[in-house]
Amino acid sequence: MNSGIDLQGSFIQTLTEFGLPQDVARALWIPLPMVLVVIGAVVGVLVTVWLERKVSAAAQQRIGPEFAGPLGVLQPVADGLKLVFKEDVTPNKSDPWLFTLGPILVVIPVILSYLIVPFGQNLLITDLNVGIFLWIALSSIAPIGLLMSGYSSNNKYSLLGGLRAAAQSISYEIPLALAVLAVVMMSNSLSTIDIVEQQSGYGILGWNIWRQPVGFLIFWIAALAECERLPFDLPEAEEELVAGYQTEYSGMRFALFYVGSYINLVLSALIVAILYLGGWEFPIPLDQLAGWLGVSETTPWLQMLTASLGIIMTILKAYVLVFLAVLLRWTLPRVRIDQLLNLGWKFLLPVALVNLLLTAGLKLVFPVAFGG
Amino acid sequence: MNLAEDVQLISFGLLGVLMIAAALGVVLLDQIVYSAFLLGGVFLCMSGLYVLLNADFVAAAQILVYVGAVNVLILFAIMLVNKQETFKPVGNRWLRQGATALVCVGLFALLSTMVLATPWVVDTTVVLTSTVVQIGKHFFSDYLLPFELASVLLLMAMVGAIILARRDFIPEKMATDTQDALTLPERPRELTGTVSDR
Repeated sequence: MNSGIDLQGSFIQTLTEFGLPQDVARALWIPLPMVLVVIGAVVGVLVTVWLERKVSAAAQQRIGPEFAGPLGVLQPVADGLKLVFKEDVTPNKSDPWLFTLGPILVVIPVILSYLIVPFGQNLLITDLNVGIFLWIALSSIAPIGLLMSGYSSNNKYSLLGGLRAAAQSISYEIPLALAVLAVVMMSNSLSTIDIVEQQSGYGILGWNIWRQPVGFLIFWIAALAECERLPFDLPEAEEELVAGYQTEYSGMRFALFYVGSYINLVLSALIVAILYLGGWEFPIPLDQLAGWLGVSETTPWLQMLTASLGIIMTILKAYVLVFLAVLLRWTLPRVRIDQLLNLGWKFLLPVALVNLLLTAGLKLVFPVAFGG
Repeated sequence: MNLAEDVQLISFGLLGVLMIAAALGVVLLDQIVYSAFLLGGVFLCMSGLYVLLNADFVAAAQILVYVGAVNVLILFAIMLVNKQETFKPVGNRWLRQGATALVCVGLFALLSTMVLATPWVVDTTVVLTSTVVQIGKHFFSDYLLPFELASVLLLMAMVGAIILARRDFIPEKMATDTQDALTLPERPRELTGTVSDR
């Protein structure tokens, strides 16, 4: 069962060999993956911001950032530093407590959701039984933060933006959850590890996107709406609401919103990669290839190779999706609020229900292909 | 006592204190918005208690349903209703407060006798399989009736909400008869019947 690298096991074993008690070794291990994932998430944001600026520039036939570092790669760092040194303004007659708490409540659930993102067989913080459901639950906390910051800013645009954000995220959570439910039904588990395992074995042909094409589209649309990306960025529509709920924010509090939205985008792309694009799986089944070449599965260098390929594949798939999201931003016009709600409730919800029903039927008829 | 048990004990204490503080805030604070936000905090602490009880699915469902849906809807209602109203002092106020106190004390007494009377012996021999599977099995065997009743209740609530939202089904007279202290300012709508009559 335990194929691949078990970093936790070997770390604890090494420390106990040095004479430390088991508990202390385990307590020393716990913060390591968390810190690593937080650092990874922040670096992922920097990369995404750079990608967004470069791709946007290319879409508009500009050059984009080019002076800060080679190809402008240091531009996001410069942006971040600028935000750190900005004055932190609290508007007059606002509610200082809620005003501070709002951005924090938006960012924390997003970072917590990285708990369940696997980069390999054992390369995730914890393999929870409720895995993907935890992500859905946590992402439902963010609208409270948005409402809070919209309400406390003492600004009509902020309040409208916050209300829109909450309405949008409640509406699109339902098709999102139904699309996830269809995948969960095929893999018989909510755990992200099991969902990827169920897609493994046949390379690119085994990925869920071939069995759940409709679900993939619904999920992607709903995820874009949850991230408030164009064409669904109504809560911060510049022409109507100045900047929505973040109108009054500046300095680090604004940076929290900014970072939160980009972490959320990368996270959604990672989840799409896990649910529909085979997670850490290589397009060619690697272990079978190794079997044909006569290399044993337990060879250390092969394990190292598959583990690093797994991490690279997960991140590559996620960033292809991020690239797609950036392209969509410059291709599609923004929808109106009534069109947005109509699309969510009158189109995506029924289609997602039919998709769920069809998946259940296909699972009964073809248990081999649809995970009996 | 090992590390895991210490962590459990400390987080239980922390969650309990936070929860009682937040719940007191919900009841005692003047601003209704603060009460609503603190209610979200109470729900989050409750889901933390579920995690300590190994009920991971229930904890996630608690966050999704109560924090993500119920609390957001409460906030929505508070922020959309913009009614400035001065409340007149009610006569015989002590009667209402006395009744409330009586109900509260009675409920507390009932719950504490239940807590004291129940033998809290936990069967630790059961191997914990996936909680989702266990919940599903219970829902479709011995708890089928409550489960179905809850779904019928939700369906009724949904139908009622749709009827209320589509004012064109209700004659305007009936709607105006009721006291308009807590209704939203809205322009009157035509009935479906009157539209087709023209």
